[in-house]
Amino acid sequence: MRKILSSPNGVAGVILLAIVMIAALLGPWIAPYDPQLFHSQNRLEGPSLDHWLGTDQYGRDLLSRILNGAPATVLFGLGATALGVGVGSIIGVIAGVAGGRADGVIMRILDGMLAMPELLFTLLIVTFLGGGTLQALLAVAVAFTPGMARIARSSVLSVRTREYVLAARARGESRAWIVVREVLPNAIGPIIVEATIRVSFAIMIGATLGFLGLGAQPPSTEWGLMVSEARQFMFRNPWGVIIPGIAIAMTAMGFNLFGDALRDAFDPKRSH
Amino acid sequence: MNLSYLIHRLGAVLVVMAIVTVAVFAITNVLPGNAALMILGENATAENLAALERQLGLDRPLVVQYFDWVGGVIRGDFGMSLRLGLPVSQVVGSAFINSMWLAGIALAAVTIISIPLGAVAAIKRGTIYDTLIGLFSYVGTALPEFVTATLLLVLFASPANTIFPAGGFVDPTEDFLGFLDHAVLPVATLGLVLMAHISRQVRSEMSEVLSSDYVRAARLKGLSERRVIWRHTLPNSLAPAVAVISLDIGYLLGGIIVVEEIFAWPGLGRLLIYALQNRDLPVIQAITLVLAVVYALSNLISDLVIAKLDPRVRYA
Repeated sequence: MRKILSSPNGVAGVILLAIVMIAALLGPWIAPYDPQLFHSQNRLEGPSLDHWLGTDQYGRDLLSRILNGAPATVLFGLGATALGVGVGSIIGVIAGVAGGRADGVIMRILDGMLAMPELLFTLLIVTFLGGGTLQALLAVAVAFTPGMARIARSSVLSVRTREYVLAARARGESRAWIVVREVLPNAIGPIIVEATIRVSFAIMIGATLGFLGLGAQPPSTEWGLMVSEARQFMFRNPWGVIIPGIAIAMTAMGFNLFGDALRDAFDPKRSH
Repeated sequence: MNLSYLIHRLGAVLVVMAIVTVAVFAITNVLPGNAALMILGENATAENLAALERQLGLDRPLVVQYFDWVGGVIRGDFGMSLRLGLPVSQVVGSAFINSMWLAGIALAAVTIISIPLGAVAAIKRGTIYDTLIGLFSYVGTALPEFVTATLLLVLFASPANTIFPAGGFVDPTEDFLGFLDHAVLPVATLGLVLMAHISRQVRSEMSEVLSSDYVRAARLKGLSERRVIWRHTLPNSLAPAVAVISLDIGYLLGGIIVVEEIFAWPGLGRLLIYALQNRDLPVIQAITLVLAVVYALSNLISDLVIAKLDPRVRYA
């Protein structure tokens, strides 16, 4: 942690993440208004003392909607990444440890999945599953799996031939013991770094799906959906699209900066 | 160029493409509702449905249907669109050309701008330029296309102050300036994310080269800074830059889906969203396949360029 805080990027990432986490944990309770309440006298207003960030086309308070959308947005990013990274890592570790023909077959299939642009892949899966938050989460997780499997595999391969693994093998330890006690703890660094950065991708793809009407459905306060709903009125009240846009960017940037600082902390060579 | 390297890489591309056709066919066949149901609608009777399924060959085993489809694809026949009443190859073909205009211009603009940007950041490491470019790259990679596009529309296409058109497309072979006018905002949207990403990668690659032993040796020899950078650093940073750009082509091909939808650009992305919403299976299959082929070919080309630039790759 001290290493992360030693770079300005790391500090910025931690601050951004702290803001986002506070919003995600406490958002619904510190919001000044009910996010679905219509203030019909104050529609499409800019920031004011009553409504700090302005209001949308129904007069709903934007600050309250952003704060209420925070838990869902952050949980979406964390959930989709955890699932994709978990499944991907298991596949990657199996391929890396097994080697030989099994490895070859698994990697060819993953290459086929990686041959489709990520967003296209996600769109296909969402269409197959039907729109909705949970479906979007599953789709992002599936789209993340092949890339994560590749990273986990190469991470395992680079550890596999190290002296301490050879030593454990020479001691006659079982294969499972070696994988769990020697290979995994040493291969996990790159996986964690990649996972942190991918949370920001997951949040961005989730918001994009919401925007396209394939993720969260109205009257949800999911940030991408908020941009999509405010677009019709963007020339009358640009705050309706700017505020959720900034919220998405802040969250994605927080995870990105934090992930980069984490990478430097794990691998001092790369910190320039 | 080493011939066996080329053949090896081409073989790998073919294997991957074969897997992609299976994946595309599988995904589109687990989509609820088949082509017969799409054509006849929800209220079709069971007999009509069965008759049309027989006519379209949908009652045959999936494996037979798959090879039938692949056979058509190889001959350039993707079947008929279920919604548009036109051959898929015709619909997708014209959309493909429109998309390639957009993606091509975006890619060219991004390459021209972001490589010098990253290089300057690396050379002037620790100065205000570096900080600004770094900040730009973090903000740029954190903005999804739909947010950038919407913000650009608010800034440049509001009814009160229309600097660029809010959407639409002009055929570049008829009116090139009109085409460029309509392309500015979509290209800027696509470019921002890519520029942010590529310039950051170029900076990091070049920093690595700048702190390498041979650059130190070149400096110790007393070469001018200009010569160190142009003769020793830049050529060695080019191969990684090409690799980064080719990776980002996948991102670009995903980005055009959203950008075309927002800016009403009649390309593959907009057609894909239409096809997905209307369950136009042959069109979905064709677009997915085309995008995967473009992605695979661009990766292949970049690998060949890298092999040309960096002899170590060829013999690895």
